[in-house]
Amino acid sequence: MIDNHILGPVFIHLFTAILQLIAWRKTVTQRVISGIGSFLGVLVSIRLLDKVVDNGILTLNASNWEAPFGIVFVADLLSSTLVLITSLAGLAVSLFSSTGINRQRMLYGYFPIFHFLVMGLNGAFLTGDIFNLYVWFEVIIISSFVLMTLGGRKQQLEGAVKYMALNILASTFFLTGIGILYGITGSLNMADLSQKIKLVNNQFLIGITSTFFLIGFGIKSAVFPLYYWLPSSYHTPPSAVAATFGGLLTKVGIYAMLRVFSLIFIPDEFTRNLLMVLAVLTIITGSLGALIKLNIRRLFSYLIVCHIGFMIGGIGMFTKVALMGTIFYLFHDILVKTNMFLIAGVIRQMRGTMEMKYLGGIYGQYPKISLLIALVLFSLVGIPPLSGFWPKIFLFKESLNLEHYAFVAALVLGSFVTLFAIARMWSEVFWKDVPAGVDAEDKFAPMPLARKILLILPIGLLAAITIFIGLNAEVVVQLVDKISDQLVDTSSYVEAVLGKQN
Amino acid sequence: MKSPILQSATKYLLPILLLFSFFLLLRGHYYPGGGFVGGLVASIAFVLHSFANGPDETMKILKRKPLSLIPTGLSISALSITLPLLFGYPPMTGLWFEEPIPFIGMIGSSLFFDLGVYLVVVGVVLTILFTISLNNLEEKN
Amino acid sequence: MELLLIILIGLLYGAGVYMILRRSMVKLLLGIMFLGTGANILIFLLGGITKGKPPVIDESLKMFQDNYADPIPQALILTAIVISFALTAFAIVLLKRVYALVDSDDLDDLNTPEEEDI
Repeated sequence: MIDNHILGPVFIHLFTAILQLIAWRKTVTQRVISGIGSFLGVLVSIRLLDKVVDNGILTLNASNWEAPFGIVFVADLLSSTLVLITSLAGLAVSLFSSTGINRQRMLYGYFPIFHFLVMGLNGAFLTGDIFNLYVWFEVIIISSFVLMTLGGRKQQLEGAVKYMALNILASTFFLTGIGILYGITGSLNMADLSQKIKLVNNQFLIGITSTFFLIGFGIKSAVFPLYYWLPSSYHTPPSAVAATFGGLLTKVGIYAMLRVFSLIFIPDEFTRNLLMVLAVLTIITGSLGALIKLNIRRLFSYLIVCHIGFMIGGIGMFTKVALMGTIFYLFHDILVKTNMFLIAGVIRQMRGTMEMKYLGGIYGQYPKISLLIALVLFSLVGIPPLSGFWPKIFLFKESLNLEHYAFVAALVLGSFVTLFAIARMWSEVFWKDVPAGVDAEDKFAPMPLARKILLILPIGLLAAITIFIGLNAEVVVQLVDKISDQLVDTSSYVEAVLGKQN
Repeated sequence: MKSPILQSATKYLLPILLLFSFFLLLRGHYYPGGGFVGGLVASIAFVLHSFANGPDETMKILKRKPLSLIPTGLSISALSITLPLLFGYPPMTGLWFEEPIPFIGMIGSSLFFDLGVYLVVVGVVLTILFTISLNNLEEKN
Repeated sequence: MELLLIILIGLLYGAGVYMILRRSMVKLLLGIMFLGTGANILIFLLGGITKGKPPVIDESLKMFQDNYADPIPQALILTAIVISFALTAFAIVLLKRVYALVDSDDLDDLNTPEEEDI
């Protein structure tokens, strides 16, 4: 069904960013606009998801060009749910940034760039054209470069060089893949591609093309041999920025993989095995890194890598149940990882450092906030009934079913290491007394109440959503079940974009 | 680099290049040209001027910071993209006035989109160049 | 013409990879630019080179419809050029800042040991 309003979330963030650019250097106005814009974004995304649930897949032909010729935007269940979750995470980060980002960074345009980033994410989720996906990816990475370098401390710039080089390389791989794909099929519309790719005689060439996409998205989503840029850059920017990156950017890579591998390159035996091996290795390296890191944000960076492995494994199995696990985990991961980095930001406000050696005594000083944080940590570890528990069941079930025992072992390892790392962090940061001789500089306690609320409210918001997902798992499982159906059987997607075939 | 030849040449080149950039902007819908190319030509005109006379002189001609062109251009573009929604068309559909306007020709929403792109490109290129060249001057002093 | 472009693409990709593997930041940037140009020419080549044919053909001229130049690759390349323009501009400013701060062009000097973290 054609609906001209599915780009609402994109336009809201576009106009928010423009208004903030007009209010250049007026930081208070920018903060207010950012909050309002993000809130409107959430409302519009809820309406979009509601429409998609009621009416099925919605499409929009940009400039009124018919489907395979013009750029088409498609809102199916997967994209509209991701848009909603992105908007929620965006709202949380936007509220947090209004006090968590220092004024100097705001003066150099933190807020407009942040909204361009969220706009890019929404666009990437909604587009149905592979080249347009590339363009949105570039919008995302250019904004992320600016966010990464704003402020310009030495470490930040060091991280930014690595981040920039690897991400541009990933885009080049992606662009090369698109070029070859266009040469083979003569189309860029993903629904059209899924039809035309079956008619190509030389399937070997298709396989090679798919590796270009695999490498491109692999670098973006930090899969095993290509993840090194992530832990060496994500600990450098301010926490609100790291939250956006850790929660959302790597997940766009996973989303693109889901899209491309379900619509265009249906994974064959070789690709599936390759993905499984990559998943296992990603989990192992991620956990090994998480074991030795004693800086909170470095620890979280490795946990991101580790948990990316879970999702890749689900794509590698490519059955309905496994995809359900991947998608559910994707939703959970966006919310929880964003929240983790926000928590790291609050801890930094409380103690002025992120090094576990110098941290301690937070539970004694702030018991209520610590309990809230504990809830998020439990969810990350995957304790029922919180959101992290359910997707793992699907993944375990399906990998046992398909006898991928190495992946089962990796899942167990990954979960245990997450538990261990989080338990250690809890005892070091919250339970242990402040180490002797450390002069903790507490910026949090003297803050006025309003600022405290602005720092804690986003964490509470995201935690509430996590609990909501955990307690209403049945609703979410039904949703994920439908999404997974749409991914395995793409005929409804193709039909929505191209109209009835014959 | 202060060369009298370049300085007097830019005096005449600047308006001609700007005029040419408008020409590219206006013909861009059906022929080679468009907002991006036009914007680049316009910014090259200013870059040439700043080569000859130094960035400070160029800032004086511009009167305003080039950064302020970015939100202006973006809002023009964004409005022209979303305008068709009010008439029940998908975003980015070209809306055209029925009668051609003398000298310019047919005017439609895509021209305004291009105009926005033009302003954004001029703003971005000049901002980047001034950032780089001002840093250089600071380092020399 | 095709063969020439294929060799050129190979050279650009090869040079790009070689430059990216160097330790100097400027060469890293040059390598990235080579790769981008290579990708653009690749799209141009794979879109099919047609000389002297119109891209848009009137509906009534049915007999020429198989015989046209594809305009899409050029649109794609133009978009990619605009994007790489923005990326390169940003990268130059970034590398300049890094050079001013670290006072070195060597990527190996970019590693602050973990102990100095905050």
